[in-house]
Amino acid sequence: MIPAAFEYHRPSTLDEALKLLADLPDAKVLAGGHSLLPLMKLRLASPAHLIDLGRMPALRYIRREGDTVALGAMTTHWMVESSDLVGRTVPLLAEAASTVGDVQVRNVGTIGGSLAHADPAADYPAALLALGASMVAQSPRGRRTIEATAFFTGLFATALAPDELLVEIRVPVQRGSGAYMKFPHPASGFAVVGVAVSAVVAGGRFGDVRVGLTGVGSVPYRAGGVESALAGQPASPEAIAAAAEHAPDGVDVNDDLFAPADYRAHLARVYTKRALLLAVERAG
Amino acid sequence: MNHPITVTVNQRVHQHSVEPRLLLVYFLRETLGLTGTHVGCDTTSCGACTILLDGQAVKSCTVLAVQADGSEILTVEGLARDGALHPIQEGFWEEHGLQCGFCTPGMMLTALQLLARTPDPTDRQIRHALDGNLCRCTGYQHIVNSVRYAARKLRDADPPESQ
Repeated sequence: MIPAAFEYHRPSTLDEALKLLADLPDAKVLAGGHSLLPLMKLRLASPAHLIDLGRMPALRYIRREGDTVALGAMTTHWMVESSDLVGRTVPLLAEAASTVGDVQVRNVGTIGGSLAHADPAADYPAALLALGASMVAQSPRGRRTIEATAFFTGLFATALAPDELLVEIRVPVQRGSGAYMKFPHPASGFAVVGVAVSAVVAGGRFGDVRVGLTGVGSVPYRAGGVESALAGQPASPEAIAAAAEHAPDGVDVNDDLFAPADYRAHLARVYTKRALLLAVERAG
Repeated sequence: MNHPITVTVNQRVHQHSVEPRLLLVYFLRETLGLTGTHVGCDTTSCGACTILLDGQAVKSCTVLAVQADGSEILTVEGLARDGALHPIQEGFWEEHGLQCGFCTPGMMLTALQLLARTPDPTDRQIRHALDGNLCRCTGYQHIVNSVRYAARKLRDADPPESQ
């Protein structure tokens, strides 16, 4: 399969990239390309211009800034998965990164590319919702920060404006325990259902608990019903099982040949329960 | 509009002018004639087209040749030196790691990536690392054995420093 013809641009600075994005009609941004190029090969996407961010080291970093870990948008999944800093400060993010695709995909695919592509079955969104992350977008008009809860607006749709680039992901240092569990599609490895839990457990009771789900609806979401059912409750298997029943509440659950809506909703409850149990177990 | 690219493949420098939409695997196979890198599924799933791009295992059906400009590439043709098989090739030979052989180049290059990161992998780590490479013949056990063989051989050749 061969993509349709396009013009190729490889900026070396952010300003240059932003100018290209503002000036070129029908342009797509190429990060790792592991979502975009398959779509172009299938001719589901045929942009006139590709702006390749592959040679912008200024967008490839992981660093600590106070109580936040900042990741450049072009940081690869492998860099996230293998980073000592991420492993120490936001292990939930490293765990989610380690389940994306396979080794070859993680070597090339980027966190920014994945988020901007906004596949409803991607792994990162669940973790970033549970961690309370935010995204930094830049355009010739300036920089702005978008909370993870406001970033995903629909199927393959985000809050990014046409002239904005996602340049950084900011993740607060993880408080308490975490776990990411997914039921991968047996062929694609994408999450049929993926659940990320960030939980503070003290004295055998839940403090702050956040639960992010991906794959279930058209956008990733925080399971408010689960979170409120757990607040202040004992960290017991019974309380967890009861709360996990709320995982698909209020969501128009995806329905396809592999996983009909009722089965997917069932998986959402089961994986929410398992991820909560694992997070509690890890809390010690 | 074509773009000039310079890539070093198996330690040889190549300069070509390529169409931006040319995929790296077709650049290797058709422009350079290095047909050891196979096209299997053409959808980033099977791993038959895996090469090392600047030391990282990648699926060359999902990379544009222009993205590889300035890079160093290792393909299966670059493994043997002076007529002697690379330890990973020797492993596949000795442990019967292939039947039809179609997946083998990609398997070996992905395995090399694993051994560079994890010189003494467990069977579980080997299987996890080869998650992106499909084999429809062997049932994988002989491939795991082959990688274990190569790991031992590479460690013997380059033992880790003692303290």
